[in-house]
Amino acid sequence: MMENNNLKKAVQMYDFYLLELNLYLDTHPTDMNALRMFNEYKKLRDIAVNSYVQKYGLLTADQSNSDTKFNWVDDPWPWERSAN
Amino acid sequence: MWQYEKKLQYPVNIKNPNPKLAQLVITQLGGPDGELGASLRYLNQRYAAPYAEIKGMLTDIGTEELAHVEMISAIVYQLTRNLTLKEIKDSGFDKYFVDHTTGIYPVAASGPAFTVDYFQSKGDVITDMVEDLAAEQKARTTYDNILRLADDPDVRDAIKFLRQREIVHFQRFGEGLRLCQDNLNAKNFYAINPSFDK
Repeated sequence: MMENNNLKKAVQMYDFYLLELNLYLDTHPTDMNALRMFNEYKKLRDIAVNSYVQKYGLLTADQSNSDTKFNWVDDPWPWERSAN
Repeated sequence: MWQYEKKLQYPVNIKNPNPKLAQLVITQLGGPDGELGASLRYLNQRYAAPYAEIKGMLTDIGTEELAHVEMISAIVYQLTRNLTLKEIKDSGFDKYFVDHTTGIYPVAASGPAFTVDYFQSKGDVITDMVEDLAAEQKARTTYDNILRLADDPDVRDAIKFLRQREIVHFQRFGEGLRLCQDNLNAKNFYAINPSFDK
C-alpha cells in the first residue's frame, strides 16, 4: 500500500507540473521554454502512469485489462483514506 | 467531453473525524465562493469567449475546479465518518444530519443549499474576466478563514494546496483580461462587449 501511494503521488506530481504548464501555456501558447517542459514532463508522466497501472490499479476506465472482472470498479475510490 | 481519473488532484487523508470542522469546510463545496460555483462559472462562461486563449483557459480552469469539488467532498466525507449520535448532537452537525445523514450535499457553512445565483455568465468577456478575478480572491479569503479556524494538520495541508490554486488562477485570469484588452482596437477603445459587438 505504501509503494502504491508513492507511485500514485508520482503521477499526481507530474500531473501537477503538467497542469501548471497547461494553464500558463493557455495564455502564453508560443512560450517555447514552457512548451519544451510540457513535452518533457508528459513523457515522465506516461512512464509513471504505466508502472502505477501495471502494479496497482486503473486511473481511467479504458485502461481495464482483465478478462475475468471489470477491475475499474475495484476499491479504493479516490475519496477514501486508503487511496491517499 | 470529459474523462474521469481515479485519483485526487492532491492527497486527502484525515486521521480524526471532526463534524464541527466539516460544517465549515463544506462551504467550499456549496457556499457562495465555493468550488462548485467556480467550476460552473467558468464552464458556462467559455462559450462567449471570443479568443482561443480564453476558451482554453476557462475550459482548463473550470475542469480543475471539478477536481477541487472532489477534494473538498473527500475532506467532508472523511471528517464525518464513524460518528456517534452524541458527537453529531454536540457538534451542531445534527441540523445537516437530519436532512442528509452523512451524505455529501452542497450547502454553505451558514446552512443554505447551493444556488446558481452565486455566479454570473454575462456574455461579455471583459465583464466575465473581472468577475473571475474577484471570484478567485473571494475563494482565497474563504480558505484563509478556514485556516484561521482549523487546527487539524491533515485538513490544513489540503486546504493550503487549494488556497494556492486560487492565487495561480487569479494570475492566469489577470493575463486573460490583459489579453482581451490587447485585442481591442481603436474602433472599440472603451471595451464595449467584444464578445457581441464585432
